[in-house]
Amino acid sequence: MSDVVLGHDQLGRTIRRLAHEIVENNRGTEGLVLAGMLTRGYPIARRIAEAIREFEGVDVPVGSVDIALYRDDYQQRETPPRVRPSQMPASLDGATVVLVDDVLFTGRSVRAALDALLDYGRPARVRLAVIVDRGHRELPIRPDFIGKNIPTSANQLVEVRLTEVDGDEGVYLMEPGERHD
Amino acid sequence: MTSQQPTGDMTGLPPENTWRRKDLLNTDTLTHQEVELVLETAEAMREVRGRPMNKVATLRGTTVVTLFYEQSTRTRASFEMAGKALGADVINISASGSSVEKGESLIDTVRTLESIGADLVVMRHPEAGAPYLAARHTSASIINGGDGQHAHPTQALLDLFTMRSHIGDVTGKRVVIVGDIRHSRVARSNAWLLMAQGAEVVLCGPRTLLPRTTPGAHEGSGCEMTTDLDAALKGADVVMALRMQKERQQAGLIPSLREYARGYQLNDERVARAKAGALVMHPGPMNAGVEVTTSVANSAVSVIEEQVTNGVAVRMALLYLMSAGGRR
Repeated sequence: MSDVVLGHDQLGRTIRRLAHEIVENNRGTEGLVLAGMLTRGYPIARRIAEAIREFEGVDVPVGSVDIALYRDDYQQRETPPRVRPSQMPASLDGATVVLVDDVLFTGRSVRAALDALLDYGRPARVRLAVIVDRGHRELPIRPDFIGKNIPTSANQLVEVRLTEVDGDEGVYLMEPGERHD
Repeated sequence: MTSQQPTGDMTGLPPENTWRRKDLLNTDTLTHQEVELVLETAEAMREVRGRPMNKVATLRGTTVVTLFYEQSTRTRASFEMAGKALGADVINISASGSSVEKGESLIDTVRTLESIGADLVVMRHPEAGAPYLAARHTSASIINGGDGQHAHPTQALLDLFTMRSHIGDVTGKRVVIVGDIRHSRVARSNAWLLMAQGAEVVLCGPRTLLPRTTPGAHEGSGCEMTTDLDAALKGADVVMALRMQKERQQAGLIPSLREYARGYQLNDERVARAKAGALVMHPGPMNAGVEVTTSVANSAVSVIEEQVTNGVAVRMALLYLMSAGGRR
């Protein structure tokens, strides 16, 4: 049995809260760029931008980051990970970039994403927003905006499901080998 | 959720949609899924080339050797650029000035390169089939950069990539290839690939420069062949002119370059017979004023320079797909 950690409505509220926190922390939307990691960080980043438009009336640029070319396990893999085009709206020189992902676990994906971001310029600062922080970091990386902290054991799975990608919505905690159904 | 399955496949694609080939020798055995994977990866590589920092470090520790037994500017330079843009080390070897001149055999040369640490060897050779022989005798990956009059798969892939980015899916699209079809590895590789993609391929040239059978003929799905360019162009979505080599005149296959141009040069009047906005392509190197007029080559529908730019992205995609660990 998979446990529902956040239901459909709760996930929506969590994303809106993250949007408020990001704007509050940045003291407005000046210089703000959202960079969503593919696959699920990007639609979350777009929803954060939507929320900001609703309460601030401002369109914050949203980009997408694919980390395949920056992974630290390319040489260990049997087959090459799929690479998809990233899209960045503008140069990141001097911007406040908020990197967005669904689940923060080992921190390796975020490390790779940071390298990717820096190829687009020199941001003034980079912040990290995640829906779920599940612990078990393997690198010194910490999030600035967290939807929910979920204590897990290393072999459990946390799945953030989004309508745009998965057809349904919610955050689930699953035991090893278990599948969402 | 990349963070949770560091070694798993999180693409959501069927597991067979990945690259497992050691070598790329031609386009005739590529599956639909492999072609899609190359084109999708090339799209991502093109984005990398457009960034403020247009280079990544993914292939650091990988060595790419270009081994060219024929002269080449763009293919060799394109592979070198592609390797360097991915962070690989690139060593260029040409037949003149190397041990090849001392009579070293192809197999020995390739084995030596493997011992030196070559992971991939990009090879151009005047004899058809030479890369196939090399591939059987080394664990390094071999990419065919053109073998005799047989195949030039990376050119065909970059041509398809360029067509796709302008006219989308090529299924049902009419592609006319005009020139010295018989001696052209570009025409052959393109015909195989485009037919597999469902395009309508027309090969056009003087009778002396057309092959006896068309690519794919043995499978009962040959492409159209004609000597009448004006008729071939009707309804064309893409027109690709091939380089006319001056040696063909000495061999008596064409009366003169001027005479060839009269019947087969792409000029404004001829291009106007194709569909409005039909793409004009040329694999290079171009004889200005022979295969294509300067006016057509510089017109809005010409994607000749873009082919060269896309060539780097497509070759980056192939180097990336063929270098993942565990394969060797």
